[in-house]
Amino acid sequence: MGELMTSEFILGHLNYWFVIILMMTGLYIVIAKGNLVKKIVGLNIFQTSVFMLYISIGKVDGGTAPIFPLKMKIDPDVLYSNPLPHVLILTAIVVGIATTSLGLALIVRIREVYHTIEEQEIFDKEQEIARTELKEGGVL
Amino acid sequence: MVVTAISVVRARSLFAIVTLSGVFSLLSALLFIRLDAVDVAFTEAAVGAGISTVLMLGTLALTSRSERSDKRPQIIPLLAVVATGALLFYATLDMPNFGSLDAPAQTHLGPDFLERIPGDIDVPNAVTAILASYRGFDTLGEVAVVFTAGIGVLMLISRLALRRPEDEEDDQEGST
Repeated sequence: MGELMTSEFILGHLNYWFVIILMMTGLYIVIAKGNLVKKIVGLNIFQTSVFMLYISIGKVDGGTAPIFPLKMKIDPDVLYSNPLPHVLILTAIVVGIATTSLGLALIVRIREVYHTIEEQEIFDKEQEIARTELKEGGVL
Repeated sequence: MVVTAISVVRARSLFAIVTLSGVFSLLSALLFIRLDAVDVAFTEAAVGAGISTVLMLGTLALTSRSERSDKRPQIIPLLAVVATGALLFYATLDMPNFGSLDAPAQTHLGPDFLERIPGDIDVPNAVTAILASYRGFDTLGEVAVVFTAGIGVLMLISRLALRRPEDEEDDQEGST
């Protein structure tokens, strides 16, 4: 461990640690907060931090954006960042917005039925419904 | 960005939370530009900061606007999160340094694509070339996912206006 903790090592890994902090913030919101809209926002933060992880893996020191000059006059000395993570994350962003919108639609529908978007209150109402159904079953 | 994320945890007003999430997306778009991912940056700015904020505001208009505070002890989630974070931290110790040229990600497929694109496809933007050509089927699958999500959303909320027209009008008036 001791020889690992040089300043070069720490600077080289700061990006991963930054991503982990953001990711865990998002995860904490998803687990600990009861409000459904807030959970979706937490999920988005988690997602974006994963995007940052991938993009930071694709970065090359001294590199530039992977766009070639016009007429394909490529200078062999120019370093380009790795375009593959960029492609993957472009796809992931669009899939992310699809899941977000589906989740938000579910929230609207839940609020239609339960008149609340707090997890605890939904749980209480569920129990109440179950109890009344049990009672009716006992009478019959 | 960390400050933004943590204030999302603290904030109670859902309106503030949604706005902060838009700010978070814009900041991450700036970060993507710094990391040479211009295509990703403008997609994130348009989709993450634009469309998803609008969708969330629409949801808020249809539902309530503030979060109820609960004073339950939150120790277990915090412990789980810290444990997961520690594990991930341990995993990063083996990762290559940021921006290093000899990282595994930089030595296999990436440079191969960069070499082949000028001869194969003749599109100046490498990201576009890979997205539409080498990974065309992937993009087709993405379209299928978005289509499925659209159908799902329509099925979930298309009857909304029919069922409760008067309530919805009230909510929309409240949001303006």
